[in-house]
Amino acid sequence: METFTIRAQAPRPLPGTRAQAIVGVVASGNLEILLERTGETDAVEITVETASHGYRTVWEAVIADFVARSSPGGIRLSIHDNGARPDTVMLRLMQGTNVLEKQP
Amino acid sequence: MRDWTKQRTERARRLEQAAPFATGKVVKADDVTALLQRVIRSGDRLCLEGDNQKQADFLARCLTRVDPATIHDLHIVQSGLVLPEHLDLFRLGIARKLDFSYSGPQSGAIARALDKGNIELGAIHTYIELFARYYVDLTPNVSLIAAVCADREGNLYTGPNTEDTPTIVEATAYKSGIVIAQANRIVDKVPRVDIPGDQVDFIVEAPEPFYVEPLFTRDPAAVTESQILMAMMALKGIYAEYQPKRLNHGIGFATAAIELLLPTYGEQLGMRGKVATHWALNPHPTLIPAIESGWVEQIHCFGSEVGMDGYMSARPDIYFIGKDGTLRSNRLLCQNAGLYACDMFIGATLQIDLAGNSSTVTPDRIAGFGGAPNMGSDAHGRRHVSEAWLKAGHEAAGGAGPLVRGRKLVVQMVETFGEGMKPAFVEELDSIALARKLGMPLSPVMIFGDDVTHIVTEEGIANLLLCRDADEVEQAIRGVAGYTPVGLARDRKKVEELRGRGVIRRPEDLGIDPLQANRNLLAARSIRDLVTWSDGLYAPPSKFRNW
Repeated sequence: METFTIRAQAPRPLPGTRAQAIVGVVASGNLEILLERTGETDAVEITVETASHGYRTVWEAVIADFVARSSPGGIRLSIHDNGARPDTVMLRLMQGTNVLEKQP
Repeated sequence: MRDWTKQRTERARRLEQAAPFATGKVVKADDVTALLQRVIRSGDRLCLEGDNQKQADFLARCLTRVDPATIHDLHIVQSGLVLPEHLDLFRLGIARKLDFSYSGPQSGAIARALDKGNIELGAIHTYIELFARYYVDLTPNVSLIAAVCADREGNLYTGPNTEDTPTIVEATAYKSGIVIAQANRIVDKVPRVDIPGDQVDFIVEAPEPFYVEPLFTRDPAAVTESQILMAMMALKGIYAEYQPKRLNHGIGFATAAIELLLPTYGEQLGMRGKVATHWALNPHPTLIPAIESGWVEQIHCFGSEVGMDGYMSARPDIYFIGKDGTLRSNRLLCQNAGLYACDMFIGATLQIDLAGNSSTVTPDRIAGFGGAPNMGSDAHGRRHVSEAWLKAGHEAAGGAGPLVRGRKLVVQMVETFGEGMKPAFVEELDSIALARKLGMPLSPVMIFGDDVTHIVTEEGIANLLLCRDADEVEQAIRGVAGYTPVGLARDRKKVEELRGRGVIRRPEDLGIDPLQANRNLLAARSIRDLVTWSDGLYAPPSKFRNW
């Protein structure tokens, strides 16, 4: 297991009221993401626990794009990854913020 | 005075030598090798029917047993090199030269044999290209073919898997060649005559039915959410925009996902009856839910698919069915349909470069092309119009006009990373290095970039029709190449500009809700669901029965 935390500033706070959500599963080639509102406005904190070592730069690139696309200000994300490809990670991240934004 | 009948005389001589091994046209299984030894000559062009599905496997085994001292230097001209025996011919020194189209399961072995110099490669063709050469400069001297059953006159029933047989036999029989057929059974009367007996010289009842490879069955259980997202983008960004009614699908999982989304997401988009009504397509089990939901008017097939025969026989309004009640396929005619009568081809590939050229060749695998280059190319001889074709042509030209012709939509669906995290987007195709190594004058390219109109990945759609120069094409491709090195090296400003012009479209630009990209959106989520949709008519092969 490799664990690291990435912090970023989002352009805006994430809309919606839902406090937390969980998306995905820790199956092979997949991942699970817990999203929680921290009460802050723009700060984003993402902790990654991954079974695949040596991909931190790819994670950083995916997360930078995600922050720009979804603007998840005020969200803490905890990721359990079991070798998901970057596209699957991005899809799950977008699904997670969609749940927080749109579902009660 | 020139002898104008040398070929006919040679044929008569061979038939006479073979006569002791046949009773009429019927040859005993044990005598086939001896017969082949009499009717084949060193240096002959020979077609050992290997389609991409049906295999003349018994005749292939018999041919590997001839004496290489007597028969050698054969020139193999056949569409599919699928069985180990096909490669054995070269290893044993019976065959030397090869012209083919597709190698599927032997793609690794063929790459090794080429590397060792066991095979002298003519060319890797598309199907109709090889068939065309059967009639010009690659006419077989001898063809060994496969049928379901034969009568004693040599009339053949090739049934649902007719595939290449009529094309092979026509070229051979009308040019003084010799046609030998293996049949699963010899019967008094065939259910229908697919090949007339006067075109067939010998028949043999094979000890076992010919082998058929299930190639087009994609288990819905293995469709991923990324593939569903790609399918949603294709449906909303391409099918709904251009409304192609006539099309061909490749055999990958992303196109299987599209088929499984037609009755759900396609229905939500209100597209039933407006798109994807007429097909040149193999019998994909994953299309069953769309057929049953009333999406499909008509399908012509290149070949059959294991387990689909019963379903198709019960849907004669959809498929081409003989008077006997079973499917008739024909690869030549269906490929021609795909080339000239379809508005769209959408399929997968292994590698795409920065100009949009795509290839399935890797250094250790030469899979051949099959039909993809014809399905996936704009037919410059096309003269009839359709709205989809014209819209694509006008986008490419930047406007309409009396002499602006249309374009076929050629869509490549590719996940940015393939097996083992191998990037699908590359600066240079592996096929270029391979061609250099093997001294090939032309690198094998499945679809050239100038024919590709759209590339769909998990990241979005790149519309190459709207690109105005090579630099825009490159950035449009980088802009959907995800986190591959090619994608990471994008010019972000240029990519955003292309996105502003609609050259690149992301899921959010298309109004796609990522939460909907979920397996619940599939009309069938397992092979068993497909059986249920088919009213129990689809009989999947055992390897797909996991319940």
